Amino acid sequence: MSIAATSPRRWKKPPMIQRAWLRWSLALGAAIYLALALGTTEVNWTRVWEGLPRGVKFFSAFFPPDFVSRWSEIAEGIEESLWMTVISTVIGIALSIPVGIGAAKNIAPAPVYYFCRGILAVSRSFQEVILAIFFVKLFGFGPFAGCVTLAFATIGFYGKLLAEDIEDMDPGQAEAVRATGAGWLQWINYGVQPQVMPRMIGLGLYRFDINFRESAVVGIVGGGGIGATLNTAFDRYEFDSAAAILLVIIAIVMVVEYSSGYLRRWVQ
Amino acid sequence: MLRIRGLVKRYRTGDVALKGIDLDVPDGQVMALIGPSGAGKSTVIRCINRLVEPTAGTVTLNDIEITTLGRGELRRARRRMGMIFQEYALVERLSVMENVLSGRLGTIGFWKSFFRKFPQSDIDEAFRLLARVGLDHMADKRADELSGGQRQRVGICRALIQDPELLLVDEPTASLDPKTSRQIMRLIKELCAERKLSAIINIHDVMLAQMFAERIVGLQLGEIVYDGPPNNLTADVLTKIYGEEDWSATIRKVDDEAAEAEADEVIPLELPLPSRDRMAGLT
Repeated sequence: MSIAATSPRRWKKPPMIQRAWLRWSLALGAAIYLALALGTTEVNWTRVWEGLPRGVKFFSAFFPPDFVSRWSEIAEGIEESLWMTVISTVIGIALSIPVGIGAAKNIAPAPVYYFCRGILAVSRSFQEVILAIFFVKLFGFGPFAGCVTLAFATIGFYGKLLAEDIEDMDPGQAEAVRATGAGWLQWINYGVQPQVMPRMIGLGLYRFDINFRESAVVGIVGGGGIGATLNTAFDRYEFDSAAAILLVIIAIVMVVEYSSGYLRRWVQ
Repeated sequence: MLRIRGLVKRYRTGDVALKGIDLDVPDGQVMALIGPSGAGKSTVIRCINRLVEPTAGTVTLNDIEITTLGRGELRRARRRMGMIFQEYALVERLSVMENVLSGRLGTIGFWKSFFRKFPQSDIDEAFRLLARVGLDHMADKRADELSGGQRQRVGICRALIQDPELLLVDEPTASLDPKTSRQIMRLIKELCAERKLSAIINIHDVMLAQMFAERIVGLQLGEIVYDGPPNNLTADVLTKIYGEEDWSATIRKVDDEAAEAEADEVIPLELPLPSRDRMAGLT
């Protein structure tokens, strides 16, 4: 090449933060904070060391898992958990559809939007265990409080994702349905619903899965279901029965996981 | 008869898209609206069925003033205007039949439409229209399985099943290859002639506009700068609409195209689709 005399024009990807001093001081600040945070976390290594054999003993008490002696309680707990899951998922999703539609900025008027976003924010800001403690205080021990907890938590999860899916939809398809003179509900049914449906079915199955796992947790604080059985087993130091419960939970979660994955592929 | 008077659209950003448009479209006229991007072509069409609310001015379709209608009345007025879109705007996960029938949504109640219980007369009409555009064997296919040209023909069926008095057509060929573009434009023209329907067609392609429209309106920066027959589009006029450019090729081609159009008029709409056509639709 004859133009080799001129030096090549260099190019580098521009940094994300343009000002060099800001970039470096942010990095340095983050490093210092991390170092300080690590320094203040006290780790008592002797206690960790002493804890290890205790942990081993605890785990060995799990074996062999005992499915037999408490089987009727386990079966009852599982059954209760399963219907809690079904009911709370169905009710939760049914309630979250209007909330989710109202919380989609592109189709809801501003007051409705803020109201529905408020519901979602409240539902999402509390972890299931905290909600369960509250609802157990409200409705007393038992699966009803657990159901209400799971249904309420489902609204936050499902409503938010539905709202976001509606906000991401293709406005052209919805506009075309509106242009035919369709009513509002018809517009939702023909223009919006087909666009969000496959993802929402997948998320519904995913939420079913979550609700089953959570039903074990809310049971521990008094919300009924397999969690209650598990808690009783721990209280009685029947670790072999507890191990059996944990194994059953794992098995059911795996079955739900596998079948929901299969269903989701089929829906797509 | 569509009558537009002093139509102004100012967007919330402050951009003035239309600066007082006056336009009359008599019954049965196919009119092409040309102009550069951002001239306000889409805004004109969307102000007519109020998908975009006009800032000022009036739109009157057969003695009903659309610009003052309330919500329910507007829905009824929209039924009388069929719209065809640039990216087809079919609901992709609904079947071809559901997409066509959605043109009848304005005439039936919610629960009937929810359970897809359309009157038999609507279903007959849908099959008749699909057969007319050569797609009746595709009725239960999902819309996203079709090629571009096929989708646009479904879009045309959806607009026509409304039994409209006016067709609003927004860049019908912008996502189609040249051959399919011509077929679609010819189909729209034929259908308008069959039903004595008037149409406003937004279109980028000046040559296509000249081939298929009986009247051309040129829009530039929200104002009408040309209104006349297609063969009066001279280089000067095109420069006025689009700006300085060498137009000789565009204008000279018109006559050739017209002759060619006549020549391949005998070719039927591609009925059994070869795989080549499917490929073209994938873009």
